[in-house]
Amino acid sequence: MSYLALTVGAVLVNNFVLSRFLGICPFLGVSKRVATAMGMSGAVIGVMTIASGITTAIYRYLLRISLNGVNYDLTFLQVLIFILIIAALVQVIEIMMQKLSPALYQALGIYLPLITTNCAVLGAATICVKDNLNVLQSMVFGCFSGVGFALALLLFASLREKLELASPPEAFKGTPIALVTAGILAMAFVGFAGLC
Amino acid sequence: MNDLIIAGILMGGAGLVLGAVIGVFAKLFQVATDPRIALVTELLPGANCGGCGKAGCADFAKSVVAGENLPGKCPVSSREQVAAIALALGVDAGGGFPKRAVVRCGGDFEQVTRHVNYNGVADCASAMLIAGGPKGCRYGCLGLGTCARKCPFGAIEIINNLAVVHEELCVGCGTCVAACPRGVIALVPANAAAHVYCNSPARGAEKRQVCKVGCIGCRKCAKSSPDQFKVDGFLASVNYEADPLPGAAEVEAAACPTDALLTAERHLFIERNEPEGVAK
Repeated sequence: MSYLALTVGAVLVNNFVLSRFLGICPFLGVSKRVATAMGMSGAVIGVMTIASGITTAIYRYLLRISLNGVNYDLTFLQVLIFILIIAALVQVIEIMMQKLSPALYQALGIYLPLITTNCAVLGAATICVKDNLNVLQSMVFGCFSGVGFALALLLFASLREKLELASPPEAFKGTPIALVTAGILAMAFVGFAGLC
Repeated sequence: MNDLIIAGILMGGAGLVLGAVIGVFAKLFQVATDPRIALVTELLPGANCGGCGKAGCADFAKSVVAGENLPGKCPVSSREQVAAIALALGVDAGGGFPKRAVVRCGGDFEQVTRHVNYNGVADCASAMLIAGGPKGCRYGCLGLGTCARKCPFGAIEIINNLAVVHEELCVGCGTCVAACPRGVIALVPANAAAHVYCNSPARGAEKRQVCKVGCIGCRKCAKSSPDQFKVDGFLASVNYEADPLPGAAEVEAAACPTDALLTAERHLFIERNEPEGVAK
């Protein structure tokens, strides 16, 4: 699989939020302001890149281990160990960031715990394994999946900021009109299907 | 069976290894923080309104612990809360008098004429740029609720296209003062009971044409109680430095002919029925 197809596919065609419907929770939860959406997006891109790489490596070299000539297939532990790894990883990143870059921690720190059990991150890891990507490909895929997530989140946040000033019918105010908007946005992204 | 044992060892091992890794990292990258910062943050209201000029309560706590600010700079904390913080840190409380916001306008849709049918973005700043909003008065409240959306305490309500402050919820942080594009909102001493609900410096006759409750500058209030009220051009105002501040009795005595001078209570509970069938 070429890297171009991998990136375009991750950002547009199979956008995590709008065509795979993963990560809907932060998509609705932190999309009220563009500033918070940007913070969340940055954190997701970072964590997805590293997490996809590490989980692929774990899957390839630990879950299909061979000891004394016996091949063990432990892939049924995939979800369990992926969640464990991702949670620990996010924790370590948070600790390191607090020390090394307090400014970055101020901007992204509060979003990191939200990502620990985010289905988009776990989804990226699982898709990498399913598509049999190697470690480098996984990292590229993870990074651009994060970019796709950021794109959807930022588009949606800017729409919601405008929506707040519009005057929809009483019954549509707030979340209902946001969900309708999300649906229309997802339909627009279907237009990219078949691109690669 | 073998699989089961290996799986158990793997998961247990992974848990141990990851736990150890996090532990090591936590030790290696430990950031020494002053425990007093957390304590002060705990004692602050936690609304992150920015009334103190800092980015939020945690930021303010940091500056208080560093000695850059006195606890009393927080406009939201009550005297007791400020005293508790000052006691915990062993510093001077400092502080000022508590303030409240007041929207100096009484022009709801019943009182003020509408010069355009404004259908644009429902935001005061936007309305200012286009046609000055729906109301005839160029100085009054636009009534599109920018202040109400900005208020971190939910103390401002838009009733019939007029912003009204609920005094018991307002803490005087000043967020709305900065948000209002017309500068209608002012911070006044919290114990002031009466205000002049008009902000227009226009001539009395001009105001009368667009608004039923504008101050026409008749000086009746200033005559009845010269210390407590002052008139500047065509606009009366309460002298908030007066002692005592005017109350219900003084308002009664002044007998404002347009009801621009009112007690805060009466201003809030005046009938502002929203007319049926009017799009908001």
